Amino acid sequence: MLVLIALHFVVALSAPFAARAFGRRVLLLGAAVSGVTFAWLLLRTGDVLNGEVLSEQLVWVGDIGLKLSVRLDGFGLMMALLVSGIGVLVFLYATAYMPREKNGRFCGYLIAFAGSMLGLVLSNNLLGLFVFWELTTITSYLLIGWEDTLESARSAAWRALIVTGAGGLAMLAGFILIGQAAGTYELSAITEAPPGGVAVAVGVGLVLLGAFTKSAQFPFQGWLPDAMAAPTPVSAYLHSATMVKAGIVLLARFAAPFSDLDFWQPVVIGIGLTTMLIGGVRALQQTDLKRLLAFGTVSQLGFMTTLFGVGTSEAIAAGVAVIFAHSLFKAGLFMVAGAVDHEAGTRDLRELTGLRHRMPVTFWVATICAASMAAIPPLLGFLSKELAYDELLHSGDWGIVALAGIIAGSAITLAYSVRFVWGAFWDKTPSGAPSAARVPEPTAAHEPGLGLLGPPALLAALSLLFGLWPEPAAALTGAAAEALDQVAEVHLTLWNGLTLPLVLSLVTIALGVGLIALARTSILGGREFEPRFAPDAGYRVFVDGLGVSARYVSAAVQNGSLPVYLGVILVTAVALPSAALLSTDGLGIDTSRAGSGIQIAVCALVIVAALGTTLARRRFVAVMLLGAVGYGIGTLFIIQGGPDLALTQFVVETVGVIGFMLVLRHLPQEFVRRRHRPTKVLRAAVAIIVGVFVTLFALVAFTARGAVPISDYFIENAESLGGGKNIVNVIVVDFRGLDTLGEISVVTVAVLGIVSLVFAVRRGRGGDPDAPVTELARDDVAEPAPSEAP
Amino acid sequence: MILVLALTIGALFSLGTYLVLQRNLTRVIIGLALLTHGANLLLLGVGGKAGEPPVSGIDPSTMSDPLPQAMVLTAIVISFSVTMFLLALAYRSWTLNRSDEVEDDVEDRRIAREPVRDAEDRL
Repeated sequence: MLVLIALHFVVALSAPFAARAFGRRVLLLGAAVSGVTFAWLLLRTGDVLNGEVLSEQLVWVGDIGLKLSVRLDGFGLMMALLVSGIGVLVFLYATAYMPREKNGRFCGYLIAFAGSMLGLVLSNNLLGLFVFWELTTITSYLLIGWEDTLESARSAAWRALIVTGAGGLAMLAGFILIGQAAGTYELSAITEAPPGGVAVAVGVGLVLLGAFTKSAQFPFQGWLPDAMAAPTPVSAYLHSATMVKAGIVLLARFAAPFSDLDFWQPVVIGIGLTTMLIGGVRALQQTDLKRLLAFGTVSQLGFMTTLFGVGTSEAIAAGVAVIFAHSLFKAGLFMVAGAVDHEAGTRDLRELTGLRHRMPVTFWVATICAASMAAIPPLLGFLSKELAYDELLHSGDWGIVALAGIIAGSAITLAYSVRFVWGAFWDKTPSGAPSAARVPEPTAAHEPGLGLLGPPALLAALSLLFGLWPEPAAALTGAAAEALDQVAEVHLTLWNGLTLPLVLSLVTIALGVGLIALARTSILGGREFEPRFAPDAGYRVFVDGLGVSARYVSAAVQNGSLPVYLGVILVTAVALPSAALLSTDGLGIDTSRAGSGIQIAVCALVIVAALGTTLARRRFVAVMLLGAVGYGIGTLFIIQGGPDLALTQFVVETVGVIGFMLVLRHLPQEFVRRRHRPTKVLRAAVAIIVGVFVTLFALVAFTARGAVPISDYFIENAESLGGGKNIVNVIVVDFRGLDTLGEISVVTVAVLGIVSLVFAVRRGRGGDPDAPVTELARDDVAEPAPSEAP
Repeated sequence: MILVLALTIGALFSLGTYLVLQRNLTRVIIGLALLTHGANLLLLGVGGKAGEPPVSGIDPSTMSDPLPQAMVLTAIVISFSVTMFLLALAYRSWTLNRSDEVEDDVEDRRIAREPVRDAEDRL
């Protein structure tokens, strides 16, 4: 399995190169990859249906429990079959659909997306699942924004990335909470023995947030309809078997172990039903065929969320069946919409007229898929929905609540299914169109070729076949449901006798027909509907506010003044440790050892000299006093017992003073005086705070040393191992030789920098004639001649 | 020793900070040098009591700890290199601009003044 996932990414990377040789047919490469996966899965189907579970794992970062572990159980098999099977059809369809240019990159993105999705549905490790989850986010961003010259596509891609990416982060936090509580990140182990406690409840809540963003649940549904800016093959894939199903997959996996949490049923059912109704109503208002379908997807996802929200074994079984049915018909519908767009040049249902006669086969394919969506017998959609009704009747009080909402949502589903078929294919008076001139000549539209029609026709045929002969579908979904919940069973049958669910199905159809009859002009009319309340307002305010506040923060924090930056850093450096210093008990300050007379004298000298160098007005005075400070420090080193240090300090100080002098002879004698009092006071305040903190820290730290020093080892072995009597020298050149290597590197880099700065070509800025260049050259006679600018 | 050393270190840090927060590059360099002295003394002081020079043959119990000394030795050389580099920078700045003041970063100022164009682009 891991090999198959890896294969996707390898092929994805090589697709751009293959495209040079194959042109548009490079997309067949994607079909081949998905086909191989599909075939491999089919070979394993028999075993998995018998209850066998295949698993593989590759330890990635073992210490944090990050393993790429995949597991092929019934549910994983069903999802993987959908991902790869519909993947084959999408790639075939795209071969006919996409223009001839740039297919290599597109193909690469799409294969990478398919691979990420395959990894996601098979992943058995929460952290690995997160990695694949984010991979689908990134690849879908690239795919949605494919038409990168269109503003709408760019902002849609951006929006999908922000919403699903943010949800993904929340989910990661949730995974970690759950994983830590369970002691494992293996999904199968967690679902077998679900952990409990507050942390886990919070974790599950965060995971739900991630699932809701990915599966476009209220209030995050907005990105999905925008995402139809992607090329149609991508939409067909994203909206049917993949992207949006990722959240549902997670809900499905979590429903059995966690649905007995207090908040699970009300929250998930509430959000699912809200989404189902909002999506359905919005679908009725669209004039763009793909947008209509996209809102339909939102609605259907709400349906599935509701079922997993009920969370009983029965509801889970029904949810699995609905996932299966939805993938088949929704992919087909998107492909039909793309075919219509491709042939007629528009997707606006006010402009499309009479295609029923021009494209009869397409019309029937669309009708079958739409009827499956509307749950008309004998199609698979009907079977799955009736199963849902039946199971919800046996799922307690929340089941009944969900049932009532779903019946209402399903009536709306029927209405927008009819609107889709009517809008795409029916005869209309062109007066409804805003620009009748753009209505294409009817003769231009004709039946699409096999490439565009074959894949949706096959999906429609499957919807019909599994409706009439449900045994294979029942076996597959049954195994899937059993993998999620051991007692779940799927009874997909076309005719159960005159039962309550059948009556409810008939009621739903009657309600839908009634809805169409009541609102005939709206549903079967070209009126465009502008919602009074813009549903995107929240997202826009959020993104806008983010930009504005980021600007204020950077304007305030990054104002360009080096002293301000340093001040902030220093105050932070003092504030945080002093909080720790004050809150720690048991730190004694030993003041008994005040110091000998000579120490006090030298220290006083150092302080006075430092004070002098700070207050000096003339540069030379400041530097001479700095030298005095350095010699004083050297003397203190001697007293402390470090003659090597003192020697180095004296040498360095002497050379340092000479270096200062070399530079200062070019500079004016006195510092520029600044008489801005408030900044002076502020500087002094910061300086005093730092000084007081460091003094206290030093007092505490001097006496806090309790552990055995590691230098005992150095002292013992300096002569035997390092071959030297001076232990400090042995440490520098031997025991800690790497430190010295780093030190030498710093010196080298500094020397290179100094040489290039001092001997750089003396040139004014940008050929400025006033630049002070000429008079400098005179000063430098003592130094090696600089190379002059040509 | 402890009290007087701590006071000296505190004074060096305080004065160094005051200088580092100025705009004059020479003063900043001097301030950095004072901070370095303070840090070296601190490192040495934390290493323990004063003692005999750490040379083989001396009783380890009267010896001062050699490891902090080795670290300070490294620190002295590195800070010396950095100081010299900064001096070269000051020299360069003077050569080009006749100024050794640290100016505000004009780019940062410009960004701070700019309207929020980026966020609007996306909508």
